[in-house]
Amino acid sequence: MSNLLDLLVAGLATGAIYAIVAVGFTLLWQTSQTINFAQGEFVMLPAFLMLAAMHAGAPFWLAILIGILLSLLLLGLGFKMLLVDPMLRHGVLPLAIATMALAIGIKEAVKQFFSAEASPFPSVVPAGDIAIFGRMVSLQSLGVLALAILAVVGLTALLNRTSIGHQMQATAQNPTVARIIGVPVERMILLTFLINAFLVALASLLITPIYLAKFSSGEVLGQAAFIAAIVGGFNQVRGAIAGGLLIGVVDNLAAAYVSTQYRAAVPLILLIVIILFRPQGILGRAEERTV
Amino acid sequence: MKGPGKYWRIALGVVVIAGLIVVPLNFNRYGLFILSQWAVMTIAAMGLNLTLGYAGQVSLAQGAFVGIGAYAAAIMTTQGMPLAAALGVAVVLCFAVGWLLGYPALRVQHHYLAFVTLAFSTLAFLVFRNEDWLTKGIYGISNIPRPTIFGFATNRPLPFYYVCLGSLGIVSVAMWWLIRSPWGRAFLALRENPVRALSLGIDTRRYTLMAFAIGSALGGVAGTLYAPLTQYIDPVPFNLSLSLDLLMMVIVGGAGFFFGPFLGAMIAVLLPEWLRFTEGYYLMLYATAVIGLLIYSPSGILGILDRVLAERRSKAASARRAVAKSGLEAAP
Repeated sequence: MSNLLDLLVAGLATGAIYAIVAVGFTLLWQTSQTINFAQGEFVMLPAFLMLAAMHAGAPFWLAILIGILLSLLLLGLGFKMLLVDPMLRHGVLPLAIATMALAIGIKEAVKQFFSAEASPFPSVVPAGDIAIFGRMVSLQSLGVLALAILAVVGLTALLNRTSIGHQMQATAQNPTVARIIGVPVERMILLTFLINAFLVALASLLITPIYLAKFSSGEVLGQAAFIAAIVGGFNQVRGAIAGGLLIGVVDNLAAAYVSTQYRAAVPLILLIVIILFRPQGILGRAEERTV
Repeated sequence: MKGPGKYWRIALGVVVIAGLIVVPLNFNRYGLFILSQWAVMTIAAMGLNLTLGYAGQVSLAQGAFVGIGAYAAAIMTTQGMPLAAALGVAVVLCFAVGWLLGYPALRVQHHYLAFVTLAFSTLAFLVFRNEDWLTKGIYGISNIPRPTIFGFATNRPLPFYYVCLGSLGIVSVAMWWLIRSPWGRAFLALRENPVRALSLGIDTRRYTLMAFAIGSALGGVAGTLYAPLTQYIDPVPFNLSLSLDLLMMVIVGGAGFFFGPFLGAMIAVLLPEWLRFTEGYYLMLYATAVIGLLIYSPSGILGILDRVLAERRSKAASARRAVAKSGLEAAP
């Protein structure tokens, strides 16, 4: 039990990152029925964009800015215009499968154009430990946690307290009625794609220093985010946040108390149990279902 | 109108089958391996096509069933048991596990189902990797023997290719019969409109589970051929990407078309060989091509063909109508 606090803090920190990714995932689902199987690769890519900018000689802060702008352009605007818009009329499943192909494409592109090896990535939060209640806790974990909480609070405020947020929610709940009452639905959908692109870039910035930048790291991240989204509740932003935190903590506790070999199995089993017994998620509302 | 088309199709089928038997006679070892792999992957993709294409249930676990079949074959044949026994075990095991995996499909649909099967796929991979006592873990199982069938040893590549091709033939005939049987109709009804199917007295519960179980069992059949084909297996080929690849094969070829898996597996297995000159860019090109194809035709390559044929047929029909109409107008 000695390192339970460490585990909890580390779990909450990675969980907060999962939550950011999962929120983006649910936003896309809500506003445009897009199940983005490439979400994990979306998190992996911005770190490489930032690394590329740094290789070109940009200082770290500028590289971050370039990385975020490029991911808004590629993963937000480009993803929507080139893949989602033409695919959406075909239905949910073909679009989901197209994003699986996209995931393969992004992974291979990074492997070819950057490197197949893992690269170190500078941390935005200084390394070291800090004493809390007489115990040493990793500063990095706390910093990540603080930044992630800031992002989540900011997003929730945007969604619930501003006019744009209300318009986005209206778009998500009923696009037809939203259009009738004068919400620019198309612009709101584009905005959710841009928000998702920003969230994945932020997640990339926070998680890559912990796990290194590697072309294949998106698989694990993507799965964690899907599981978080489903466990928390697919149709709710706060569900995704709760799910993300839960998965992060469960993952870290499993690494310590279950065998390392089956660590990865624990969130999956949690997922199966939730889907079987409470498919709308812990915080979700039941959706209409066929049969 | 229909008569000559039917004969052409039969003739084409005979030519293709004869080609598959005769042409590889002077292929080298590697060419035969690739063709055998195509046959094996086609069997697995046919199973998935039944689950996804005909019954409309998404599965991201077909690769795991290929793995279960391959491990059953590898473990049993290296212990000296015949491959036929391993085939029986693999089919029964995959059928049972597939049946169980179908239960979530009764409660949830589409993406939820995709995630449940994805989770199962990853769990199966963990078991293959971690249960050393059974699967030899990451070291894998080597020296997997090839079977002796009716006294013929199939150790050499050519005879074993015929084993794979023959199995593909048997599976194809069985599948052809299955989708034309009342069961096949019931699967289609399940995909098109489950509520209506239920109201017509089709036990949708049982057929959903059945679609999963039969599809998974075919994955197991493919696995039992895969192990003696490669003669060495480790957990890596059976990770999630195999399931995704199989899904792509079905979609690219054309989900719900009988020949979709044949075409999809051909593209997925043979195309990398033809595109070897592109080196590492191959998968990128493939992914881009798949996205382009899906945007143009979500029902795959055979979907395009189907559309073209339907257009031509309706054009021919309207031409006939025009002739008939002018005939009618001229009559009085």
